[in-house]
Amino acid sequence: MAKAATKLNAPAKKPKVKAITVAMTGNAGCALAMKQINPDVVAAYPITPQTTIVEEFATYVANGAVDTEYVNVESEHSAMSACIGASAAGARVMTTTSSQGLALMWEELSIASAMRLPIVMHNVNRALSGPINIHCDHSDSMGARDMGWVQMFGETAQEAYDNTIIAIRVAEHEKVLLPVMIMHDGFITSHAIDRFDVLEDDVVKKFVGEYEPKQALLNIDDPKTFGPFAMPAYYFEQRRQLREALDGAKDIVLKVSKEYGKLTGRSYGLFEEYRLDDAHIAIVVMGSTAGTAKYVVDQARAKGIKVGLLKLRLFRPFPAAEIAEALSHLKAVAVMDRADSIGALGGPVYMEVKAALYNSKKRPHVQGYVYGLGGRDTGPDQIETVIDDLKKIARGTEAPREQVTFLGVKG
Amino acid sequence: MATIKELSKREDLLSGGHRLCAGCGASIAVRQVLLGANAPVVAGSATGCLEVSTTAFPFTAWKTPFIHNAFENAAATISGVEAAYQALKRKGKIDKDVKFVAFGGDGGTYDIGLQSLSGAMERGHDMVYVCYDNEAYMNTGIQRSGATPFGAATTTSPAGKVRAGKPQQRKDLTQVIAAHNIPYVAQASVSHWKDLIEKAEKAFAVEGPAFLNVLAPCPRGWRIKSDETIEIAKIAVQTGFWPLYEVEDGEWKLNFKPKELKPIVDFLKPQGRFAHLFKPGNEHLLEEYQEQVNKNWAQLKKRCGVE
Ligand SMILES: Cc1ncc(C[n+]2csc(CCOP(=O)(O)OP(=O)(O)O)c2C)c(N)n1
Ligand code: SF4
Ligand SMILES: [Mg+2]
Repeated sequence: MAKAATKLNAPAKKPKVKAITVAMTGNAGCALAMKQINPDVVAAYPITPQTTIVEEFATYVANGAVDTEYVNVESEHSAMSACIGASAAGARVMTTTSSQGLALMWEELSIASAMRLPIVMHNVNRALSGPINIHCDHSDSMGARDMGWVQMFGETAQEAYDNTIIAIRVAEHEKVLLPVMIMHDGFITSHAIDRFDVLEDDVVKKFVGEYEPKQALLNIDDPKTFGPFAMPAYYFEQRRQLREALDGAKDIVLKVSKEYGKLTGRSYGLFEEYRLDDAHIAIVVMGSTAGTAKYVVDQARAKGIKVGLLKLRLFRPFPAAEIAEALSHLKAVAVMDRADSIGALGGPVYMEVKAALYNSKKRPHVQGYVYGLGGRDTGPDQIETVIDDLKKIARGTEAPREQVTFLGVKG
Repeated sequence: MATIKELSKREDLLSGGHRLCAGCGASIAVRQVLLGANAPVVAGSATGCLEVSTTAFPFTAWKTPFIHNAFENAAATISGVEAAYQALKRKGKIDKDVKFVAFGGDGGTYDIGLQSLSGAMERGHDMVYVCYDNEAYMNTGIQRSGATPFGAATTTSPAGKVRAGKPQQRKDLTQVIAAHNIPYVAQASVSHWKDLIEKAEKAFAVEGPAFLNVLAPCPRGWRIKSDETIEIAKIAVQTGFWPLYEVEDGEWKLNFKPKELKPIVDFLKPQGRFAHLFKPGNEHLLEEYQEQVNKNWAQLKKRCGVE
């Protein structure tokens, strides 16, 4: 098995290329990465908290900083429809959305992946309506988890920037040819000004290279039909091919991330292990809350509690075997979901982590938590209660809870 | 306009062997429009009879690059293809002149796809949108649409004891799109092939968006015989039910001006979908029908400056 994780406590390697330290919001970092990628077509529609990406990108267009054909569509459904047309035509295509916008695209998401179109999209995480709410949770992207897209979550503005560049290479890799959705947390990461390192334009240009599709609508002399009608005799095989391609994307994410790491000194795996080696208990979490959780882990460690953390980066394809290997030595694991899968056992990450461990010879008890819905703050106090729970379960002084626990909910 | 001899030498980009019904107006409309392109063309279609009957995997009837995406977004999809073309041309990755056309049924155009169409027209893409209007959702079994005419029986507006088919008038989509002030908008019919191909040529020639609304009868849904398609389309024009006109840079022009319109019953009578209108007691509906046609015709003549 490929070494799946990167350890944050491993010293950062020396970068091969110049790093430019900036102070900007996560969204500005994403817009900058898009500018450096210089896609052929961007078709996008504004929605909070993603809007500042399309606004900043529009400024790049207005100033002639990119060659992009920027299509100001009248809805997100048309945004993804135009992206599909443009990508099938043979262009490198990017877009960005959040929440209701992603929901409106839903029909198109599965068409994009089925047509094997390497569209790269930011989904800046925002709670789904209703009630309507503009703040962060992961319910929007979780609703799209079975759509055949690669899904990567970032904790920080740095990761949002880096993932954008990596995503292009993953999407367009000939073994993948699938759309990639990159997530970062609405407002927390999208709007807070952070200090991080970016690359020079030329370095990005060279890293992403030219997109040269083998089949395209604009190959006028080699006419192909895209999006045909497939009856039961053909549909199933096509869907299996889609699964195989998505499963295969795991290795490509690792490969491209490794190459990016050599260049920049910032290495990413499928997930990040934080103080996990000698841990007895651990928290699994995605997105910006991982930062808060690392702080709580450090504090608990200072008190001698053997707790670690696993921050998931790649959610689709789900790195089940690697996660099982990383967690099987533990006594108890808490999975924190910023989305509920209403009516199911618990949050989506919880269910998948639990399922991933089920066939392991040795496996920890896995307990599920749902936190931070609709932008509810998740402070260290909430995560401390999770560690307290895990300690008791590991000691055997408290029976594990089967039902999901809501953190920070009133009443 | 190309001569018929020249047209006969152009390649048919939609081949025979597709699975549309015999006498289907849709394939006639598509083939005539594509003859008017006379250049490499990328075509798209909304979900509907045309798409399901021409692309059954692993076969395709399209001899030109073709994309089907979904039901309501043929315009947005082709607008994306056109955007890609502009970008790749600018970057020197493509040097040919290519045309773009999206086809949609009346359901995919008047109803569920109206927003996508309106957006694409407003944005000014260099593309042609063609509605093949057969006046109902035929692919799913003849349900009413915004294009279904008053009184037509469909499976969701059947004629019954208290209802006489569709109670509402049809939407005038051609005028709705004309209000977008795009370079070229026209209404045409498969029965008037010269007029239609001429309009297609103009639509492909203008820079920017163009829209064609083409009457394309459906024998199944209209309850006519499969060899009556062209005849009924012709009567639709002669009765003023489906006037042929164009709006070129804001100039309205009536393309077919009979001295006198044929009575609307000439159009209604041969079609099974209007049979209930001819039952005793429904005479007032036929009168209402004629009045509505007269009113629309008078309004259109006024817009076109015709007396
Ligand atoms: C979002 C969505 N809603 C409904 C359908 C089902 N549907 C497919 S084709 C169609 C009707 C097509 O009617 P029209 O556009 O008039 O084309 P026609 O079949 O008459 O040629 C419908 C309702 C669909 N495919 N997608
Ligand atoms: S049902 Fe009507 S529109 Fe559909 S293929 Fe048959 S004739 Fe054409
Ligand atoms: Mg129809």
